Amino acid sequence: MPKVKMPKKSPSLDMTPMVDLAFLLVTFFMLTTQFRPDEPVVVDSPSSISEKILPDKVMLITIDSTNRVFFNLEGKEIRTKMLNQMISKNHETFDEKSINQFALLGTFGMTVKELKEFLPMDELGRKDFMKKSKGIPYDSLNNQLGDWIRYGRLADAELKGPNVPKDKLLRFAIKGDGNANYTAIKRVIEVFQEMNVNRFNLVTTLEKNPNQ
Amino acid sequence: MSEVQSNEQDSGKKGKHSKVRAKKQSTHIDMTPMVDLAFLLLTFFMLTTTFGKPKTMEINMPVKDPNNKPNEVNNALTFLLSGGDKVYWYYGELKPTTTLTPTDFSSNGIRKLLLDYNKNAVSKIKELRAKAEKTNMADTTLKRMEVDVKGEKESLMVLVKTDDKAKYKNVIDALDELNITMVGKYALVDIGKQEFDLINKLQPAK
Repeated sequence: MPKVKMPKKSPSLDMTPMVDLAFLLVTFFMLTTQFRPDEPVVVDSPSSISEKILPDKVMLITIDSTNRVFFNLEGKEIRTKMLNQMISKNHETFDEKSINQFALLGTFGMTVKELKEFLPMDELGRKDFMKKSKGIPYDSLNNQLGDWIRYGRLADAELKGPNVPKDKLLRFAIKGDGNANYTAIKRVIEVFQEMNVNRFNLVTTLEKNPNQ
Repeated sequence: MSEVQSNEQDSGKKGKHSKVRAKKQSTHIDMTPMVDLAFLLLTFFMLTTTFGKPKTMEINMPVKDPNNKPNEVNNALTFLLSGGDKVYWYYGELKPTTTLTPTDFSSNGIRKLLLDYNKNAVSKIKELRAKAEKTNMADTTLKRMEVDVKGEKESLMVLVKTDDKAKYKNVIDALDELNITMVGKYALVDIGKQEFDLINKLQPAK
């Protein structure tokens, strides 16, 4: 009787294509990833059907659910310039190291005085500090937000020089938490308007358009 | 090229027939750890990647100028936003006899209302879009024509006012509804004393 021979199959399979694919994907993700900047506050922005994309170079004002205001403007040079003017306006002195730290910092939200204490802190201390911080003051008596905006714009204009093409102009974005009180947002818009900025981008998350 | 290949073949044959056999070594290396690592990295990058930038809604506020008198509007729809996701509306000028009608943010609430008031523009824009699809009109042309329709003198004007309890979300929702219903003329306006009182009358203090 002939023996029924089972074909001998190797238990190991050729994984080369899979590995190729895996590495291709890894490379792709590695190159396309932009690490999310560390944000001191979690903001849950409301949704809208708008499909416009946030421009690259923006001055971003964040308002969290407890109506605290935070400020961000990216760029090392611009930040250093901005901070220097802010320091002299508030009659403070920052050491060299703090100024460098500030240039690398992302979003921040505190008074200039607090900022001086904040910058030399380590990661943990900063986190703690942020929890207690009341944000940048923006009432009409102590309008530091207005100052940041003014000096940010000045520094931006100085760096870009005259004759800036239209698409390179500094844009202004407001990223508010859905649960922030509208009066706070209104006040921020007012601060902008006092400086003749009348065009904003309100950051939202995408929602499906019911018309489509 | 061909030479190289034939050489290789030769050497292959020689290898087979020669007595001195090279020790047979498997050409397979165990790739499992590498694959593990590759997939680990893959998963990591996939989870941390955020595709695309956040979206934004553009808004233009009027220039603040003490000499700039606001336009008198008497055919506008006014929404009053209040805390607890409440919306009230009235049409036309604010008179002592004006009463507020409550509505909500659902699709049967302000959207229906807006579509109703903005019927003309909506149907015109829909026509335009259908025409554009047939004639392969450029997107920019279509956009410009839509803006023209929205900006027509007789098209609906909407005012959005908020009291001190309204949330940012409410305002964005309202603006979003205006965009959905293709209202081109709208403004965020400060609330007046009378309107404020009207809301409070409808919302008895607890």
